[in-house]
Amino acid sequence: MEFSVCGMDFNRAGEAAAQIKKALQLVGMHMDTMRRAVIVAYEAELNIVIHARQGRLVAHIHPDRVELEAIDEGPGIPDIPRAMQEGYSTAPAHIRKMGFGAGMGLPNIKKSASQMRLTSEINVGTRLTATIINQTSGD
Amino acid sequence: MSRYFHSVMLDQDKCKGCTNCIKHCPTEAIRVREGRAVIIEERCIDCGECIRICPNRAKLAITDPLERLADYQYTIALPAPSLYAQFGPEVLPGSIIGALLSMGFDEVYEVAVGAVAVSNALHRYIESQSGHRPVISSACPAVVRLMQVRFPGLLEHIAPVETPMEISARLAREKARQEHDLPDNAIGVFFITPCPAKVTAIKQPFGERSYVDGAFSMSAIYGAVLRHLQDVADAPPDSLSPALGVGWGKTGGENQAIKKHALLAVDGIHNVINVLEEIERGGLTDIHYIEAQACTGGCIGGPLTPQNPFVARVRMERLLKVLAAGERPLPAFPDDPEYYRLAGPIPPRPTLKLSSDINRAIGMLEEVERITAELPGLDCGSCGSPNCRALAEDIVRGYAESSYCVFKLREKLQLLAREIVDLAHKQPPAMGKPEKHSKDSAIQNKNADQQVGRKEGTDL
Repeated sequence: MEFSVCGMDFNRAGEAAAQIKKALQLVGMHMDTMRRAVIVAYEAELNIVIHARQGRLVAHIHPDRVELEAIDEGPGIPDIPRAMQEGYSTAPAHIRKMGFGAGMGLPNIKKSASQMRLTSEINVGTRLTATIINQTSGD
Repeated sequence: MSRYFHSVMLDQDKCKGCTNCIKHCPTEAIRVREGRAVIIEERCIDCGECIRICPNRAKLAITDPLERLADYQYTIALPAPSLYAQFGPEVLPGSIIGALLSMGFDEVYEVAVGAVAVSNALHRYIESQSGHRPVISSACPAVVRLMQVRFPGLLEHIAPVETPMEISARLAREKARQEHDLPDNAIGVFFITPCPAKVTAIKQPFGERSYVDGAFSMSAIYGAVLRHLQDVADAPPDSLSPALGVGWGKTGGENQAIKKHALLAVDGIHNVINVLEEIERGGLTDIHYIEAQACTGGCIGGPLTPQNPFVARVRMERLLKVLAAGERPLPAFPDDPEYYRLAGPIPPRPTLKLSSDINRAIGMLEEVERITAELPGLDCGSCGSPNCRALAEDIVRGYAESSYCVFKLREKLQLLAREIVDLAHKQPPAMGKPEKHSKDSAIQNKNADQQVGRKEGTDL
């Protein structure tokens, strides 16, 4: 499943995550897997909305895991370890006023995902991949 | 698997198959097939949105007839707080209680009284709770059932505290047993309900049994209550009617009664869905308690209430001021938190799964995506499914065919029409010249036509 995400489009922020949740429900993923995947998908989607010009959110659903990819065209992340710290945010003041950009996005993704990989190139864009293991697989 | 009881039903004769209901159902539980709406039992949460929207009044709620009072030696009415907001400003709760007694009930126990006991229990629970935040109210059965179907991951957020209806029924039953020395099966407790979901909560409770024996629709008994108001016009009986308990009948009332916490109130099933989605994404952890009600305005906006919900709200606000000015002491309530504990666990209802085999389900999901991409995406509902994606799911589940889509059907008809025209031009070999020859001559004729056309074009 692939969704286009547009920068600054707060009206549609969360739509892709909602579609991914519905798909996981149709497939019958374990509730915890679904919950974690929704958090990762939403935070990744919101990161594109807040920071990038545009991007894509891709979900690959397997019986034993959900793989999520967020690829964007944007300013990139200059200091990834710093961006991973809770509360650190480069979101501008007007975005924070709206209640977004509290610096919890990436830490939340890291907390919810089983594996996470983040690569970024300044003034080109960022690629985030996260895997959520479906814990009941093999039961 | 046992069948689900549903209060919401379809009147086959009135249904015109208009597709209004399928578009408004929050769990996509309705389809139109063979010109009639069909409710998918497993998905229906009895919220009554379809009752509200149906222009033909073909959706109805099954409640009990008043004759059921005859089944019991001693009968108790449980008026929902929202009942008090259905009358003019001169009608106070005492008069309504008098009218109910005059109609044949032996006793009236106000759900508003039980609501105060529940508010105290909720307050204590929120104080002691440090786990899942926010805690979500268990009071609206349509919301609880919505969560079973669409938000199973949030069920552990639901406050494990019984509803005011159940606690009131239990308190009323115990009071009647003690005061009149009656066996339990001689007492009939009847809720006067603003909504079908409460009926379902009585007939199919989460625990082993409900303390309520039946439910009368507020709209159905409204006329009778109005008539009997005259009987008690001179000397209405006393009413306890605590303002904080009566307030439960409207949005925000629960929160006012619980107090002292970060609280959020949301009403209207589609707004509730938005808030639940936010919680599912890990948000709203700064909120302690969420009062979520399926009907706009809360219970006063229930599909079985006779009054316009906005009028009812004004009346409720005015009544609350009157009641707050004349508070009366309430009976002592049990202290034991177990007394208020929700009777049973609330299990998820995973009705959306495409298959119980995850590998097969993933394959089916891919098929759903492929079919959805081929459908026009107009979500017109003409196919009898609520939107194109739901039709794709129905096709993959084997409940529908792609030809149900009028646009796909048109495409197929166009193809068929073209094929028929092509076939009509084909000559059998016994007629006219051989196929090859006629084909060659057709090409020659076409070339000749084109030359003529060009010539004519030049001349023009």
